[in-house]
Amino acid sequence: MTAPITPTLLYLDNVTVSFDGFRALNALSLAIDHAEMRAIIGPNGAGKTTMMDVITGKTQPNEGTALFEGSHDLTALDETAIAELGIGRKFQTPTVFEMHTVEDNLLLALKNKRGPLATLLSRRPAREQERIDALLERVRLTVQRHRRAGELSHGQKQWLEIGMLLAQEPKLLLIDEPAAGMTDQETADTADLLRDIARSKAVIVVEHDMTFVRDLGVKVTCLHEGSVLAEGSLDAVSANERVVEVYLGR
Amino acid sequence: MRTQSLFDRQTTVVLSLLAAAAILVPAMNGLALPGSALHLSDHLVPLLGKYVCFALLALSVDLIWGFCGILSLGHGAFFALGGYAMGMYLMRQIGARGVYSDPVLPDFMVFLNWKELPWFWYGFDWLPFAALMVLLVPGTLAFVFGWFAFRSRVTGVYFSIITQAMTFALMLAFFRNDMGLGGNNGLTDFKEILGFPVQAGSTRIALFVLSVLALAGGYLLCRWVVGSTFGKVLVAVRDAESRTRFLGYRVEHYKLAVFTLSAMLAGVAGALYVPQVGIINPSEFAPANSIEVVIWVAVGGRGTLAGAILGALLVNAGKTWFTAALPEFWLFALGGLFVFVTLFMPRGILGAANDLWERSSQKLRARRSPQPVTQAAE
Repeated sequence: MTAPITPTLLYLDNVTVSFDGFRALNALSLAIDHAEMRAIIGPNGAGKTTMMDVITGKTQPNEGTALFEGSHDLTALDETAIAELGIGRKFQTPTVFEMHTVEDNLLLALKNKRGPLATLLSRRPAREQERIDALLERVRLTVQRHRRAGELSHGQKQWLEIGMLLAQEPKLLLIDEPAAGMTDQETADTADLLRDIARSKAVIVVEHDMTFVRDLGVKVTCLHEGSVLAEGSLDAVSANERVVEVYLGR
Repeated sequence: MRTQSLFDRQTTVVLSLLAAAAILVPAMNGLALPGSALHLSDHLVPLLGKYVCFALLALSVDLIWGFCGILSLGHGAFFALGGYAMGMYLMRQIGARGVYSDPVLPDFMVFLNWKELPWFWYGFDWLPFAALMVLLVPGTLAFVFGWFAFRSRVTGVYFSIITQAMTFALMLAFFRNDMGLGGNNGLTDFKEILGFPVQAGSTRIALFVLSVLALAGGYLLCRWVVGSTFGKVLVAVRDAESRTRFLGYRVEHYKLAVFTLSAMLAGVAGALYVPQVGIINPSEFAPANSIEVVIWVAVGGRGTLAGAILGALLVNAGKTWFTAALPEFWLFALGGLFVFVTLFMPRGILGAANDLWERSSQKLRARRSPQPVTQAAE
């Protein structure tokens, strides 16, 4: 790993986003280390998705600092440039290219030159095929490789999207509700997969499903009204009085 | 894999049919005796040539609409610009044979009392220069227009509307005499192309064959583009644009590249169209023309390339027949056709045929092998 300028991979400080006076993020501060997995929880409207939008360049914050690897100012870059830096994102509803085969979905995500001329003239080397084969194996879609992604089940699409994230070889993965709509077994398998990924990469998981978060066994940050309410182990956070208050309503 | 082989079969069929047309039309026109059932009369050759040019225009629209989701309702403008570039060459070929016998100035300039050739007419007496302009003028306009539109992320219906505005604005501009391009009469009265008389049967046959070759070349180019990884990115943009951005692709560069290429194809189609119909005037910029092209593509089958060709040929043949037999009803028929196709054949004729083919071949496979072929249970 290259020596970072600051020890943290992702550093958010005092980030504020307001839409027509409504503060989706309110002086949010957060730091994620290299090869750290963090679970983000919080009630609806707590600002979880807006936070991801800020990190990936979809939304510009009104105030605050967002640094990646200590030197890249994320607020000045657009989605494409941020993806090129090594931040990958999985959406809440699985977003795959439905008309493409499973294999082509991974091919498009593979870390490669992204320019129009490069893709127009590209020839697929055997090394790429090996990468794709390995990814298919990892997300258990080898049998479905030639099927259209649109024909996959919901859970398989979630996994394909995670596979696409891995194909990008990002340094940081943002994963929005990976367990939504999954069976219990699929949920447990997904937790295993994410833990495995987190061995070499930083991962931020946004999740509502508390069993799933417990399965992950990582540090938890609870957001509320756009700022951090509590941070720590799941047990510590769920024992926090304010968290209980927020979740149960006042 | 399966789709790949289907494309190969489709390419073979398209190219064979085009080759057959390039051989049969000249043979039936030149060799079969007039009066025999096989004879193709002289006036039908440029008509068929016109259809072929429209097919190339439809192909260019399908490339951006079918594969990248860019619905241009102004592609007629690029077609017309290519046509004007060719028309300017043909005007310069008239020389002193015009009504006013001016060796340099086209008739309409003499009529307007102009004393010298405007600067932008320079070079058009030389075909290679005109041919270059056929590509460059539509290409440059598309590049500049697309650069602003795609960079500002203008998409969907908003993009369609501004392309309509673009072609409408160009139409108004070309109507003006000051434009130096013949005003509302446009450019016409052509005499020769490369020294061959434009009206002669042999020239028309040559132009027809050239148009077919251009269509075949355009088809192969598009097939190559959509078959590459670039083409896969285009489809990705069409189906999930923001996902493609988050994967690290510069979507606006892809759109700009394919939009410019498509405009150049449309320009070539226009350039081949003009010598065959003998005139180019501002009505080619009419917004309705561009909308009609979209209907051809929708009827034939969007996103298939071959469907665009099929749709253009069928609808235009229908138009020729209708406007002769039941002229008042043509627009109703066209509108009805569009509604019918949208409601009952959303993937066009070719899409519907493909579905039918796949269903019957699946049935056949199921009958041959008793065990399920795919993971149907999942």
